[in-house]
Amino acid sequence: MLGEGILKGLAETARNFLGSYVGKDRLTTVQYPEERLPQIEAARNFPFLVYDGPDWQQGMRCVSCLICEKECPPKCISIEKSKDKKPDATGKPQFYPAVFNIDVSVCMSCQICVEVCPFEAIKMDVEFELSTDDRFGGLLWNKERLARSNEYYRQIHPTEAAAVDAHLAEDRAKLEAKSKAAAEAKSSATAMVSAQPASGVAAEK
Amino acid sequence: MSTATEAVRLIPKPTDSHECQLLEVSMGPQHPSTHGVFRMDVALDGERVVKLKPVFGYLHRNHEKIAETESYLGSMPYTDRLDYMCSLTSNWAYALAVEKLAGIQVPERAEYLRVITAELTRLQNHASLIGFLLQDMGASGTPLMYAFREREKILDLFEALTGARMMCNYMRFGGCRVDMPAGWLQQAQKVVDAFPRFLDEYEQLFTENEILMARTQGVGVLSGELAVNAGITGPMLRASGVNYDIRKVDKYGIYERFAFRVPLGDHGDVYDRYMLRMLEMRESVKILQQALRDIPPGPIMDPKTKIRGFRPKAGEAYGRTESPKGELGFYLISDGSSNPYRYRVRPPSLVNLTVLEGMCLGQNVADVMAILGSVDIVMGEVDR
Repeated sequence: MLGEGILKGLAETARNFLGSYVGKDRLTTVQYPEERLPQIEAARNFPFLVYDGPDWQQGMRCVSCLICEKECPPKCISIEKSKDKKPDATGKPQFYPAVFNIDVSVCMSCQICVEVCPFEAIKMDVEFELSTDDRFGGLLWNKERLARSNEYYRQIHPTEAAAVDAHLAEDRAKLEAKSKAAAEAKSSATAMVSAQPASGVAAEK
Repeated sequence: MSTATEAVRLIPKPTDSHECQLLEVSMGPQHPSTHGVFRMDVALDGERVVKLKPVFGYLHRNHEKIAETESYLGSMPYTDRLDYMCSLTSNWAYALAVEKLAGIQVPERAEYLRVITAELTRLQNHASLIGFLLQDMGASGTPLMYAFREREKILDLFEALTGARMMCNYMRFGGCRVDMPAGWLQQAQKVVDAFPRFLDEYEQLFTENEILMARTQGVGVLSGELAVNAGITGPMLRASGVNYDIRKVDKYGIYERFAFRVPLGDHGDVYDRYMLRMLEMRESVKILQQALRDIPPGPIMDPKTKIRGFRPKAGEAYGRTESPKGELGFYLISDGSSNPYRYRVRPPSLVNLTVLEGMCLGQNVADVMAILGSVDIVMGEVDR
C-alpha cells in the first residue's frame, strides 16, 4: 500500500515522542546552565601548571626545561627561563619559569605538553566555560592564571593524580635512599661519626 | 583552481538572440547542505543540470606543509582535524604509515583498542551521515537528531577513553596513548548491544519510506566502471557493486581475525549508498561484539618507541586504512631527521568528490543535494 512506509515512520516518531516522557533513553538532553551532566574524568581542555604546598610561586613543579615549548605542535607556549635558582617545595634549589604564557586561543588541547613533561608539572584542566570578550589579553594566560594546586588536580582527575603522586613519591624515596647511601658511604669512608647522614635526609624534607 | 573572486564561466555570455536558455547558479559556499564551505557552479537547463563544477579550497590550512616542519608526533593532533567526524581512523592511518616507516610492532591489546575505536567511529559516522542526507532532502531535524542521540553515546565513550569527544589524538606509534579506564568495557558493551535496536528504529523510519525511495532510487547513478576508473573508494565504490574493502584486502591491524561481511550495492544510486551504510553498521556491530569479547590484557604501547626525539630511518612508506569515507592513506618520506621530508594525505572525501559531475548530469537541481549528501564529504579532509 502506498504510504505504508510513511505511516510506519510516523509511528516511530510518535513512539520516540511519547517515550521521551517515560524513559531516560529517549530524552537525553539536560537544561544546560541549570542542570549539568557529571564531568567525565578523562576529559581535557586546556593545560594548567601544578604546584605543591600552599604557595604557588614557591611550589611550582615546572623547572623551565622548555621541552613543552619545543614539542607543542601549534607553538602556543612561551617560557622564559629564570637566571637564578630558588628552592622548590622540597627545598631543593631549582630553576623556575620567569614567564610562562599559554595562548589558549592557539592551543588545540592535544595534551602533548603533558605527555612530554618529565616533571609532571603541566596537566590538563576540565574547565570549559572560558569565553571572554577580551580576545587578546583574556586568552593569553600567564603563570599566575595557569597555576593550580595539586589538590585541585587530585579533585578533577583522581585516578591519574593518584598514579602521578605514587610515581613522584617513589622517585623521591629512591633519591632519598640514594643520597642516604651516598652520605653513609661517605661517612664510613672518612670514618666520621653519626651526625652527618641525617643532614641529607633533613634537607630533602 | 579558481578562487571565489574569479568568476567561473561555465556557459557563454547571453546574447540578444534569446538562444541561450541556460542559467548558471552558484551553490554554496555558505549553504547548509554543502557540509562545510564547498561551492558548486551549476549550469541549469530549466531544472536539469547540464554542467557542474566543484570549487573547493576554502578550508585549506596547509596541513601537509605544516607536517613537514612538525615532529612526527606533532602531526598526530593535526590528523584529528582532517576528518573531524572520525578522528580515530585518521589517527590510525597516520600511525600505520609511521609504524611501517619505522618498523614498529603494535602490542595485541592496542590493536584491539584500535579496532574497537575505529568501528565505533564508523558507527557514529554512518549514523550521522544518514541523518545529514535526510536533512539535505528536507527531513529537517528528526533523523539527524535521532542519529546525534546515538552518536552522543559513542562520543561519551571516546571522551572517557581519550579525553576528547572529537579531537581524540589517541593513537601513538606503536600503540595507544592510554588504556581504558575502569568500567569502560562494560559501558562500551552496553552501547554496542543497544545499537542494533537503534538501527531497527532507523530502518523503520526510512527504509520503506515512499518519499525517500522516490527521491533516491535511480538518482545519481555511478557505474562500477566509472567508480573504479576515478579511484573512488569506500561505501561509494561498494554501493556500485565493486567488492573492495581495505579491511579485507590489506587486512591491516588484526582485521583478519574478525568474521564480517562486506555489503555490496546493485545499482550505485543514492538509495544503494544509503542502504549500504545501514548494512555496514550492522557488520561493524558484529566486529565490535567480537573485539569486545576477545580483547586480551597486556601492554598498550611498544616500550621501545620514544615519545620525544623520534627519528625513523630514511625511507618511505604508505599506510592506508578503510576509514568510514574510503581509503585514507598517508604517504611519508623520511630523510632520517625528526620531521618528515614529505607528508602526503590521500583523502577519500576529495577523490570521491571528483565524480560529482558525472553523477549529477541530467539530474534535477534538487537531486544534486541528495547526491552530494550521499558522497559523504567532510571539508576538513577535502581541503586540508
